[in-house]
Amino acid sequence: MQLHNLTIREAHELLTTKKISSVELTQATLQRAHEIDPKIKSYVTITDDVALKQAKQADERIAKGENVTPLTGIPFAAKDCISTRDIRTTCSSKILEDYVPQYNATVINKLADAGAVLMGKNNMDEFGMGSSCENSAFFNTHNPWDLDRVPGGSSGGSAAAMSASLCSFSLGEDTGGSVRMPAGFCNVTGIKPTYGRVSRYGLISLVSSFDCIGPMTRDVYDCATVLETIAGHDEHDSTTFNSPVPQYNQNLNKSVKGMTIGIPKEYFVSGMEAGVESSIQEAIRTYEKLGMKIQEVSLPNTQYALPVYYLLLFAEASSNLARFDGTRFGLSISENAKDVIDIYLQTRHEGFGDEVKRRIMLGAYALSAGYYDAYYLKAQKVRTLLRRDFETALASVDILLAPTCPTTAFKLGEKTNDPLEMYLSDIYVVATNPAGVPALALPCGFSKGLPVGMQLIGKHLDEQTLFQVGHAYQQETDWHKRLPPL
Amino acid sequence: MSQKIDTDMVKHVAHLVRLGISEDEAQKFSGQFSSIIDYFNMLNEVDTDNVPPASDITNNTNVLREDVAKPSMSREEFLKNAPQSERGYIKVPTVLGEE
Amino acid sequence: MKLTYEPVIGLEIHAELQTNSKMFCACSADYSNAPEPNTFICPVCTGLPGALPVLNKKAIEQATLVGLSLNCSINEFNTFARKNYFYPDLPKGYQISQYELPIASKGYLDVLDDTENPLRVVVRRVHIEEDTAKLAHEKNYALVDFNRAGVPLLEIVSEPDMRTVEAALSYATKIRAILRYLGVNSGDMEKGVLRFEANISVRPSGSSELRKRTEIKNLNSFRALTRASAYEIDRQIKVYESDGEVVQETLGWDEARGVTVSQRGKEDAHDYRYFPEPDLPPLQLDRTWIDSIKDQLPELPDAKTQRFIKQYELKRQEAILLTSEKSLADYFEGVVFKSNSPAKTIHSWIAGEFMRYMNDSGVALEDIKLSAEQFAQLIDMVTDKTISSNSAKVVLNEMLKSGGDPQEIVKAKNLAQVSDTGFIQEAIEKILSDNPKEVEQFLAGKETIVQWLMGQVARATKGKADPNVAKELLVKALEARRK
Ligand SMILES: [Mg+2]
Ligand SMILES: [Zn+2]
Repeated sequence: MQLHNLTIREAHELLTTKKISSVELTQATLQRAHEIDPKIKSYVTITDDVALKQAKQADERIAKGENVTPLTGIPFAAKDCISTRDIRTTCSSKILEDYVPQYNATVINKLADAGAVLMGKNNMDEFGMGSSCENSAFFNTHNPWDLDRVPGGSSGGSAAAMSASLCSFSLGEDTGGSVRMPAGFCNVTGIKPTYGRVSRYGLISLVSSFDCIGPMTRDVYDCATVLETIAGHDEHDSTTFNSPVPQYNQNLNKSVKGMTIGIPKEYFVSGMEAGVESSIQEAIRTYEKLGMKIQEVSLPNTQYALPVYYLLLFAEASSNLARFDGTRFGLSISENAKDVIDIYLQTRHEGFGDEVKRRIMLGAYALSAGYYDAYYLKAQKVRTLLRRDFETALASVDILLAPTCPTTAFKLGEKTNDPLEMYLSDIYVVATNPAGVPALALPCGFSKGLPVGMQLIGKHLDEQTLFQVGHAYQQETDWHKRLPPL
Repeated sequence: MSQKIDTDMVKHVAHLVRLGISEDEAQKFSGQFSSIIDYFNMLNEVDTDNVPPASDITNNTNVLREDVAKPSMSREEFLKNAPQSERGYIKVPTVLGEE
Repeated sequence: MKLTYEPVIGLEIHAELQTNSKMFCACSADYSNAPEPNTFICPVCTGLPGALPVLNKKAIEQATLVGLSLNCSINEFNTFARKNYFYPDLPKGYQISQYELPIASKGYLDVLDDTENPLRVVVRRVHIEEDTAKLAHEKNYALVDFNRAGVPLLEIVSEPDMRTVEAALSYATKIRAILRYLGVNSGDMEKGVLRFEANISVRPSGSSELRKRTEIKNLNSFRALTRASAYEIDRQIKVYESDGEVVQETLGWDEARGVTVSQRGKEDAHDYRYFPEPDLPPLQLDRTWIDSIKDQLPELPDAKTQRFIKQYELKRQEAILLTSEKSLADYFEGVVFKSNSPAKTIHSWIAGEFMRYMNDSGVALEDIKLSAEQFAQLIDMVTDKTISSNSAKVVLNEMLKSGGDPQEIVKAKNLAQVSDTGFIQEAIEKILSDNPKEVEQFLAGKETIVQWLMGQVARATKGKADPNVAKELLVKALEARRK
């Protein structure tokens, strides 16, 4: 038995029947991480001490039978934009290279309360800006299925770590596909919950109105387990919903027969890799076999999703990243600073990578006097149309099904010189974030040996249906069980 | 509507976000920005007359906190991350003018 | 012919609200009582990565109260916005404020201008924002204290409706009084809880054009407001008179030198890039809620003035003085309630000796040792002629300084007034024989000498002689000497 390959559900069973201890599980996973990760580079920081301490505490809880949750003793990793008290949190940026937060993100507190074990922090595109993890200021993360390829982004480290069994689950963050796109590239399951379902408190903001923390797991069952733990209202985040969090796993086995899947026709146009298209078609046939109805739907404004997404991202990010000014925390370049402005200029010039610079400058442009109406405001109006698209489409079907990316994982360096080309790889995943709706990504096949991902998109706050439909698929297929050849 | 973002504009927005920028960088960004902005201009095709801008996507309103003061974080913790501090203050170089 | 100029003045008033906690976090807002710098802070108000704001309910209530008191309409749909700029006192790199949809707009305030004529100043908007940190400028560096960062702040913006410095002062004074009436701001300008910003331009008298204006920031007292505005008006007139152009700019006020100084070298980065604050859902204030806030409105200075004029038969100026502070008005009414003397008499005691003491000693009304009841007793003793008004002044000062019961002080000091004609008669006879020259003058027809002689009587009797009785006896005694 290879402990690191266990699902959360399997590990929980073994832990509570005392067949293994959390310390054993954690040690095994840490050992694998130290062994394998030098090839993958999914971790920015591995927290052996914290992990072993928390594992011991989890074992005590289990021994006493007190307060044991499905995540007690389970090792996890978090994207490095999620604040962890006393543990370096870098956003994979030079500007935060040595930043050690004074407080925990709400999700980290919730997982600690549940008894989960923090193994470390995952590499990402700097501040979440990227689709390949190549914008990390520290190093590239490699796709476990082909080390010459990217894991996707921006939660590339979290996807790769999960894929390579370097943790039992990870927390990604999805601003415009950042959980789903790398999940597809790395053959893992991941969800972008409804905006406002999971607290953003302590998540270092990229786009306040898009950002969603979401788990990345081996399968849908585990995904539901983790989401249930981290979701819910937070008095520190005014944008979280007050509605209760369902017990997702209780209804997971409900039949999907008679439900309707909508296929947005705009997502099936030229440019899609043949192997991706055939995998998606195969998945649709699987659902037909399960008794689901398939219906073509339209999301007529799909082509505008990308400019809307990027314009709003640039604008909000330019403001969200203003606090990195070298005066209270993080990098500070004060040599020869005659004036405080010099600290700002120098620190931000040295501390931010090119992609971040591009985006915050374009954000300032889109918001500045004379351009606001043409760019920011226009994008917010078209955003309303995107939301209406989803509302209309989802009024006649239960969920939508679409690929997560037109291609499988591309080669490192392939798109780094053309920012616009890189932006286009997010074409299928960005629209859900301006709309706020939830979307579940899951493995659905392989194309030339590389994983293909699909996503199920649901109604507001209806993660339950996504899990139910996703779980039904994973009962019929075993793509999600395939592990990279490491 | 196609507009070129010249290096002066790049320098202007760089200053708005307090980003030091070299002449070479301004050149490089200028070319990239023009093609990105050009791409964004496709939004002009969309008829948004009578379409309200999206604001809050959760439809939450009136999320309010009772006016109760709670203990703060310790100054020592706060200053732990500060590049420079003095007598319990954050220290910065000379500040000229307003805003 | 030389042109005359007319100033055009608008005011922006920044007023901190009096809440327990800050605008967006639970840190104490009582920063002036913080033990040390950077002790009332948390991830939210120091702008740490990942921290998020949550609105303070009380601040919304107080802001609504202010809007209503300034006759504004309260906007049922309210949003927050980010004002983006870099400054070391602004931890997030943006200030959370309100832009397109503020809490209140389109109100007015009636004040008196320099000629005591009524002037209606339009209040354009009232919006909620957060205060900045405090910067201490040292020689080669600056120090930042975040205790004040995030304290709720109102910005009250007037239209440029004022044409004289006096009118601007009158408007500012009245806003302060209203805020104090509402209990939302202490008005303590030394602590910086109330700050003014004046927008000033001048134009040829009679013209209606709006010329280039300057903005004088951070005026922290009425005196600074008055002096800076007067200086700036003068400066602009001189610029025009020498055929120059006024530059639209932000100015500071150099109190020591008494001049306005240009503050921003470069204007290039003055683009705040406002956009809706995505971290805060909007406010949807319903009518019922707004009405419930309206029910909390106290009687405001104008209404109180009107009532005082009517109810207590005071002159307009007298009523305005008494209602300038709610605590003073309440004190006055407290004395009226406990006393049998006419309200007019009580007004003259309060406006006279009592306020003189407060001004001279600097003691605040809240700290005065004299209860309204004791004050009423003292005034009643004058009214029923138990003591003379001169004696009462002595007793009043004693009570103000060290407290005590008026009756006991009168007894102890032996100040009770005497109507015993024998005692007074005796004193008069002595005075008349000691001052034969004055008696001569009276007999020669100089009637005014009676007043001087009365003064002698008062002195000889140590103020205890009932003045009416004394005067009667004095005149009688003088007349008797005609024969
Ligand atoms: Mg303001
Ligand atoms: Zn705070």
